[in-house]
Amino acid sequence: MIRLEKRPTHSHVWTWATPLIAVLATMIAGGLMFMLLGKDPFATLRTIFWDPLFGQHASYYRGQLLIKAGPLILIAVGLSFGFRAGIWNIGAEGQYIVGAICGAAVALAFYPAAGWYIFPLMVIAGALGGMAWGLIPGILRVRYGASETLVSLMLVYVAERLVAQMALGAMRNPEGMGMPGSRVISRYPAAANTEIFAGTGMHWGVVAALIAVIVAYVALSRHMFGFNIRLAGQSPRAAAFSGVQPGKLILICTGLSGALAGLAGMFEVAGPAGRISIDFGVGYGFTAIIVAFLGRLHPVGILLAGLLLALTYIGGESAQTAIGLPAAAIQMFQGMLLFFLLAFDVLTNYRLRLARPKAKEVA
Amino acid sequence: MDLSAINPVLLIASLMVASTPILLAAIGELVVEKAGVLNLGVEGMMITGAICGFIAAHHSQSVTLGYIGAAAGGAALALVFALLTQFLLSNQVATGLALTLFGLGFASLAGQGYNGIKAPTSYRLDIPVISDLPVIGPILFSHDIMVYVSLLLCLGVWIFLNRTRAGLILRAVGENHDAAHALGYKVVLVRCLAILFGGACAGLGGAYLSLVRVPQWTDGLTAGAGWIALAIVVFASWRPDRLLIGAYLFGGITVLQINLQLARVPVPVSLLAMAPYIVTILALVLISRGRRSSASPAMIGRPFHATQ
Repeated sequence: MIRLEKRPTHSHVWTWATPLIAVLATMIAGGLMFMLLGKDPFATLRTIFWDPLFGQHASYYRGQLLIKAGPLILIAVGLSFGFRAGIWNIGAEGQYIVGAICGAAVALAFYPAAGWYIFPLMVIAGALGGMAWGLIPGILRVRYGASETLVSLMLVYVAERLVAQMALGAMRNPEGMGMPGSRVISRYPAAANTEIFAGTGMHWGVVAALIAVIVAYVALSRHMFGFNIRLAGQSPRAAAFSGVQPGKLILICTGLSGALAGLAGMFEVAGPAGRISIDFGVGYGFTAIIVAFLGRLHPVGILLAGLLLALTYIGGESAQTAIGLPAAAIQMFQGMLLFFLLAFDVLTNYRLRLARPKAKEVA
Repeated sequence: MDLSAINPVLLIASLMVASTPILLAAIGELVVEKAGVLNLGVEGMMITGAICGFIAAHHSQSVTLGYIGAAAGGAALALVFALLTQFLLSNQVATGLALTLFGLGFASLAGQGYNGIKAPTSYRLDIPVISDLPVIGPILFSHDIMVYVSLLLCLGVWIFLNRTRAGLILRAVGENHDAAHALGYKVVLVRCLAILFGGACAGLGGAYLSLVRVPQWTDGLTAGAGWIALAIVVFASWRPDRLLIGAYLFGGITVLQINLQLARVPVPVSLLAMAPYIVTILALVLISRGRRSSASPAMIGRPFHATQ
């Protein structure tokens, strides 16, 4: 009979060991899944996790890795603030889309002017747009007590309709012969989010993600703000006594995560994605939730987790072309990763005890 | 624009069809939340049910087997949630999200090769004479069986929660799990059963989409219906009677929006398609205002561990 016994405090060892165990378990379960799909599990796992890093074309894939990891890390860092405080804004996908729309709007408004100020303005617009979209659930929560989880999610579906409308209507490329989608922003020099060093995949979004990691690390571990956030998450009552205003904290967290998600969307539309299209959202906002948890809501952890999830995207894509692995298999793989992480998390708070039911407890 | 093309009788009849998947998923989630568990994975369980039901119905050419498969699929995914949250004490919000992400991936993977195939025809209630009655006939007596099943389920849950001892125990577990445990009720068992019931209902709701409403398999078919079901539980302040009203109001908005599209109202289609989500947000705001969710079961989202 296995019993769980509550630990007096979190186990630090297990806090960092569980993500590794979860990754291993996911690889085993994923291997079984690939086998069920009729693929060689070892070859598939190697194609996904080894070849992009060390294989023949690794130099190309390593750049792709940064391109995918950038938005994931940027969004996940934002989410981690809210999650730590127990604020469940899970609509980052919508904030990402709206940030992209706002960034693109600035670029398209200035087209074809050239000026150094266009790109910075786009950055500001993207952040503000995402922030505004993120503040809607925050404000509705603070003023009316509406669940920020559900409102932020509904707003994802609204944002998806909105970007489709933009691609078909207001932002449609006038020279696109009626095809949906905006002008290609990444080919408009004043607005393009280009690679800083050619061939590395290092664009401004990746730089922003690294800055976000550093700033978040300092804020969380060396600053009163981070302390308040952790306090609010662990003990709302204690936080109230120490002068934390819950309403203000909710607005800061939802606004901040919205702004970072908006930035990610803006860098994406001006760079890798290139333009506003009907299906602009590809689920980074949701995958970033996995990144945030896998990274233990810690900036450095998020950096590593973002790279790992980016690897599943890159490796998954090459497995699609190389061995015909269905795209959905990777999505399922990512979901499994979160399952295993949550399952093994029990070890951080509880001890497993092999024990017989104690007779003493029967009073 | 031609508003006269909108036939009110057909509008009400199709409203019932549009509401049924959400009603099914929401009534299951209501029981789960009454037991003190917050399962945010409704969307994932719904889409899993949608594809499991579609595959079962397609291969057996039997809609009944389809629904059974859907309920089993939804419950199977819910079982994962039950294991994680009830035995491994994981965070319910995060686990629910994982359920949705996993379910979407699973459905998309399992649904490969089923895109665009028509679902087998559902059995419709067709009582001679009564179904042909002018207004009442099409509204009340011409639907497929699941519409009536969903209404009966709603009534059944109301009776269960308010008139039976088992329902009382379930509510006790949701209001105060420590007290319920002290009285000797099996908190974890009650919650697991509730979670499985919720999963089966969500599965049925998903299958109604893929077998009747759409009726074929397309990727991402649920399009947020599971989240709307969650919102409707809040809207209904955890009462089955209000849940019915909420689901039908929502179904009404959905159908009206589609009819306005068909009538070529000069509003962009995508903006009309946003309406259900925006109305859901407004409903959440209106219902949450001032009440501070005092109607919600007290233990909602809190893990239970007997040795604490």
